[in-house]
Amino acid sequence: MVEQSIFTTITNTSPQVSWNLFDDIAALFHYDFMVHAFEAGTIVAIVAGAIGYFVVLRSSAFAAHALSHIGFAGATGAVVLAVNPIFGLLVFTVGSGIAIGALGNRLRGRDVTIGIVLAWTLGLGVLFISLYSGYANEAYAILFGLILGISANDVIFTLVAGIVTIAALIAIYRPLLFASVDEELAGAKGVPVTALSIGFMAILAVAVTEAVQVVGVLLIFALIVTPAAIAVRFTSRPFVAIATGVVLALAFTWAGLTIAYYSPHPVSFFITSIAFATYVVVRLAEPIGRRLRRKSATAASIQDQQGHTSDA
Amino acid sequence: MKMQPPAIVARDLAAGYGAHRVWAHADFSIAAGSFTAILGPNGGGKSTLIRTILGLLPPADGQLQVLGEKPRRGNRLIGYIPQRSTFDPELSIRGRDFVSLGVDGHRWGMRLLGAATAAAADVSIRSVDAESYADRPIGQLSGGEQQRLLLAQALVGNPRLLLMDEPLSQLDVRNQSLIVQLIEDLKRARELTVLLIAHDVNPLLPHIDHVLYVAQGNVAMGTPQEIITSESLTRIYSTPVEVLKDSRGRVFVVGLEEEVSHPHG
Repeated sequence: MVEQSIFTTITNTSPQVSWNLFDDIAALFHYDFMVHAFEAGTIVAIVAGAIGYFVVLRSSAFAAHALSHIGFAGATGAVVLAVNPIFGLLVFTVGSGIAIGALGNRLRGRDVTIGIVLAWTLGLGVLFISLYSGYANEAYAILFGLILGISANDVIFTLVAGIVTIAALIAIYRPLLFASVDEELAGAKGVPVTALSIGFMAILAVAVTEAVQVVGVLLIFALIVTPAAIAVRFTSRPFVAIATGVVLALAFTWAGLTIAYYSPHPVSFFITSIAFATYVVVRLAEPIGRRLRRKSATAASIQDQQGHTSDA
Repeated sequence: MKMQPPAIVARDLAAGYGAHRVWAHADFSIAAGSFTAILGPNGGGKSTLIRTILGLLPPADGQLQVLGEKPRRGNRLIGYIPQRSTFDPELSIRGRDFVSLGVDGHRWGMRLLGAATAAAADVSIRSVDAESYADRPIGQLSGGEQQRLLLAQALVGNPRLLLMDEPLSQLDVRNQSLIVQLIEDLKRARELTVLLIAHDVNPLLPHIDHVLYVAQGNVAMGTPQEIITSESLTRIYSTPVEVLKDSRGRVFVVGLEEEVSHPHG
């Protein structure tokens, strides 16, 4: 509903790209809904880009994806009960996040278990939509995001949740990194690996709930997994990879919002497409970069060879 | 050699998960500064023994003293290399970062002043001659290089005891002997006590002081002369094993190839 009306507003006033960059930026922030969209989008991009690094490092992309889908049942259920869908989403994602975390990272067949629960909760979601018949727009917003419909209160919720997730991530940063690289070793060194796994999934659940507002449950991958997956191809330094992921997520979100403002098509389409295109370009450019690097490495190793006998 | 209290003492020790006993009635004492190979067939409980010493698994029965105290998870005096095949080739983290996690990865929060950690990691990386590839992603290194970085990680903080679960299983013959020689050198330089699980004893034979064999619900200790014989190895592994001597007096164990080629069977 809301999305529809916003689109008509946009097309009626029909903003045009001019050659004056300042006018364009001023026009972009002329409406409150665009200001809120940029505020929420920025917070979500920072959180998603940062937590995405650990999702990629722990090979938990499917778990992240599943969290958002399980959250769909919570959100639609909340709509039926006339509660804010964000709360339903939060309860379901955090609950399932804790359950998935307790299953542990090493357990074989974990993804099958998650998938079975996921299918059932999506079924529940379908039931809830039918119970709330006539308002398919709510379901549409949950599935594909409704960033242009974000209120000032939603922005405050996103900011608080964002601060909590980043603070929690900083608090468990080192042991989480250790457990993600080598769980057995971290456990032997006294790191509480199961508690960390549960804690991480709970933090991820909150991050997913935030990101759903921007790209919806179906498109969550684009903000949580894609930026981090690109970042780890550029650097093997953890902190640099996290920073790169955040920058990419911000770039995708801002670019998506800006293009969508001047176009009749949905924001989530642009965000996911820009993310996808960037990933494709990086993957295609990689073999070329590797060849260049090998050339310079060979040159360096020839100079280095005196006095060094390399192993293997 | 001055008399030191033993590094590990087990008295009627038993290990198991729930009601299931993996082995029981283990009595042994491992001298400080010695090199011990842990041998035995698959599923016999060799890793269980290591996990018990690490404090990851409480003893099901009996007593165990490790470096003069009860086994304790996260004991900084123990360096550990877990059993693994190799790192995931996609794992995009530098060897140096991995070794640094060995220094302070158990601490909460982010690393604010990283100089001390970086210095400790650097010393460890140098001690295993891994400087030239420590800044490359660990997943893309060779098995020998990864094993050296695992060793560097195990050595941070100057442990007294080094536990290794099959550190040689993924290496070719040349790298096996290089790594064993490195372990021997580090052991001498740092007066370390070394326990190492192995399937192929041949690369270890010139270096080990004791053999701890874990088989058929028992753990027992002996000297290499006692254990590395055709009769006792055949009994331990319940499969025909022959111990041969070549013209230069070097000993070879033949008949465990089946075990070696199916290390996780």
